[in-house]
Amino acid sequence: MSRYTSATDRDREAMLAAIGLGSVEELFAEIPEGVRLRRALDLPPGRSEQEVYAELRDLAARNVSAEDEISFLGAGMYDHYVPALVDALVSRAEFLTPYTPYQPEVSQGTLQAMFEYQTAISELTGLPVSNASVYDGPSGVGAAGYLARLARPDRRRLVVSRGVHPHSRETLVTTAAGWEVEVVEVPLAVGATDADALAAEVDERTAAVFLQQPNFLGAIEDLEPLAAVAREAGAIVVCACDPIALGILRPPGEVGVDVAVGEGQPLGNRLDFGGPSFGFFAATEAYLRRMPGRIAGETTDVEGRRGFVLTLQTREQHIRREKATHNICTAQALNALAGTVYLSWLGKQGIVELGRLMLKRTHYAREALGLERINPGPVVREFAVRVPDLDAFCERARAAGINPGYRLGHDYPEYDDGLLVAITERRSREHIDRLAALVEAKAGVAA
Amino acid sequence: MNVEPPLQRERAVTIFERSQPGRRAFVAPPLDVPERPLDELIPAALQRPRPARLPEVSEPEIVRHYTRISKRNFDLDSGFYPLGSCTMKHNPRLHERVAALPGNARLHPLQDPRRAQGALELMWRLQEALAEIAGLPHVSLQPSAGSHGELAGVLLTRAYHVDRGEHRTKVLAPDTAHGTNPATVTMAGYELVKLATADDGGVDLDDLRAKVGDDVACLMLTNPNTLGLFDRNIEEIARLVHGVGATLYYDGANLNAVTGISRPGDMGFDIVHFNLHKTFTQPHGGGGPGAGPIAVSDRIEPFLPRPQVVRREPDNGGEPFFDLDFERPKSIGRLRGFQGNYGVFVRSYAYIRSLGADGLREMSEIAVLNANYLLARLREAGVAEYLPVAYDRLCMHEFVLSGAPMKRELRIRTLDLAKRLLDHGFHPPTVYFPLLVDEALLVEPTETETRETLDAFADAIAEILREAAEDPEIARQAPYTTPVRRLDEATAARRPVIRQVL
Repeated sequence: MSRYTSATDRDREAMLAAIGLGSVEELFAEIPEGVRLRRALDLPPGRSEQEVYAELRDLAARNVSAEDEISFLGAGMYDHYVPALVDALVSRAEFLTPYTPYQPEVSQGTLQAMFEYQTAISELTGLPVSNASVYDGPSGVGAAGYLARLARPDRRRLVVSRGVHPHSRETLVTTAAGWEVEVVEVPLAVGATDADALAAEVDERTAAVFLQQPNFLGAIEDLEPLAAVAREAGAIVVCACDPIALGILRPPGEVGVDVAVGEGQPLGNRLDFGGPSFGFFAATEAYLRRMPGRIAGETTDVEGRRGFVLTLQTREQHIRREKATHNICTAQALNALAGTVYLSWLGKQGIVELGRLMLKRTHYAREALGLERINPGPVVREFAVRVPDLDAFCERARAAGINPGYRLGHDYPEYDDGLLVAITERRSREHIDRLAALVEAKAGVAA
Repeated sequence: MNVEPPLQRERAVTIFERSQPGRRAFVAPPLDVPERPLDELIPAALQRPRPARLPEVSEPEIVRHYTRISKRNFDLDSGFYPLGSCTMKHNPRLHERVAALPGNARLHPLQDPRRAQGALELMWRLQEALAEIAGLPHVSLQPSAGSHGELAGVLLTRAYHVDRGEHRTKVLAPDTAHGTNPATVTMAGYELVKLATADDGGVDLDDLRAKVGDDVACLMLTNPNTLGLFDRNIEEIARLVHGVGATLYYDGANLNAVTGISRPGDMGFDIVHFNLHKTFTQPHGGGGPGAGPIAVSDRIEPFLPRPQVVRREPDNGGEPFFDLDFERPKSIGRLRGFQGNYGVFVRSYAYIRSLGADGLREMSEIAVLNANYLLARLREAGVAEYLPVAYDRLCMHEFVLSGAPMKRELRIRTLDLAKRLLDHGFHPPTVYFPLLVDEALLVEPTETETRETLDAFADAIAEILREAAEDPEIARQAPYTTPVRRLDEATAARRPVIRQVL
């Protein structure tokens, strides 16, 4: 008997007797012999909890995490501090172990948290409508593409800035395989979206334009004129945003963006080697009934008591089936809850203070490194530079216990010597100075 | 549910309503770099003109607020949660502990693979285990949920046919399918064709023969299906589908019934998705996270999403190592960022290691035993005449009852029964699904429940029916003991209030 089941031999006998069968084997009599597995699965035998723990601990010990080195890796996920209260609250069984709140009378905790989450995301993005989460940032870009496909059925062009995260661009192309649309990329000019190139690509066939703030190279985009070009052509403006940077940047909803999506990991979620985190998805009122996924709404019960329910469900797959706005069902509720708690922890002043601290340290780091800038304009949390003899630099950094950042060559062959350096509140001036010293060390050797 | 009315029945107050100017929980680390005027760093026009109106609350307030609202949830740790199709089984806490190890929790997804060998080996081992369980040789862990796995599967089908120069426009799915199946079909650019259900609850073979043709790309099937029944004609179905060059897709939502007993690959499926959060136990989190890995046959393999986790054997005879393979020219591409929901993989891998081959088989055996036992209890006099089983066969890990006679004879609906169950401390089963059963009740007890719990649930159903025979109004007005009572969903949808006005 496994430790997660309770049926003793006596239980089995009594239960089989109640069913009217003689053996557990007979329960499977409906499965044709030709498709029965008449051997044990070729997997190791089960192990005790302490043995499994030891095995998993040994595997984890073979990873070099942000606990083990000074890491300047970002490129979509960031090593922010997750406060202890987030862990404590999302570990509560009442949040951890229920499923989607199909029975609202006994799910008010989850539903209210969704409502609070939607409010916070709406505030950050400056857009009135938020859903309760999608899988992650890049799949959110794909979901925005599907929204545009359904909302602009006669338009067969999606125009994407090369400043959008490479994973988001690729996810959009993958997701759009059956839509009979053309996905067109707009190049960057000195690290930010080339406004003229964008204007040249956007026309009356364009369903949507995709931007990112800050863009993948860390540059703050001037969204307003880019959005204006798209809107003038009747295209939907989609922008992927960094939620912490939105604490100090002009919200997308104020500069003409219709749909703001983004990776929620920076908000109180662990790195977890890439997931689970959550994606946020917010839009203007016009797209309320085209939103993907769950949405919580406020209402009252029969006694007039305030309560929350899943609402506008006629958009969703379990009701609308092949006419649904998206196929998403299980999303990332617990991760979105972590985000909600985190945003309460940061608070109205804290998100500004955190943003400004990152901003100043990021600019300090960019200057301290003194390397050629790929994106010379303003940055918030991340910047891209060209590093002479990048291999050797990375090797030196590694020997010094530093992960210097993300090498751009993998996604941007044109920046083969490019390094993307991310700063969070966990990277102090001392860390930055140690990274900068590695640049000078090279100079020293050369001299 | 054992309620404490003073706390649970208090008026809902949001975190925004608890806000007071000047309160805070966050204290920033000190500024250790030179102070610079903001306008020097960001042009004023790109700055946020006013701060986002996030709550202003202290740490004790945050902890108390979320602790209090959490108590307004029913959860699996507190009670029976037989939500059909969702496999609400126990979540071992070991999994939370190992997922939180810093080597997992603080591992950056773009870490050099040579410095993430533990994570990549874990993913590779999980792929191998899932391949064995599916009976299909290749696995991608990337999709983030069942619906995401479905999209991957249908896009793989598209890529496979395009590669062969074939243009196909239709995807078949039974009328009993989960809503995600038809939604996926449309999202992937196909036309949905519904298959009828035969009298025995399986796919109507005549209807399948009439609709399957060389314009069909795929048949999406759940087996056992959403009625909890194993389709006895699965071999014939596979033969018909493969006969026209279409793929057979396995919706793995119900894999908890047959793990180690019958493998989708052996049934003839080409593509399978797993719901790791169901079969391989993840805390459901109020609606995620989950993960929806897929397993595929050799002919589908070239099209798998990238990157793939691979084990490389160096030419020089050195130690094998684990890597991310991006060089996959026929790949459909990415479906999301990075490598998938790794934290979910850690938990499901721990589960598979804990149970092993025998434990996984026993998991399904007891899941099916529990379901059939509960069904037997509900066949007793006083229940079966009002809630007959929709298809009178041996069920697998779940079963469907019809509340139609109950509605007719006792004048309470399935919804009323569900709401009254809340007063008995049970989460109700899935209601009004599958769609083809009138007043449906889909019950999935899972293997982690005791016989005593199943008995108590059956007794509660019997009690509610007895009560309804005397006074149906009691169930119609239920629940009475929950933090709120029946909510006005119609107004919520007609005049949506989906954020707080500040």
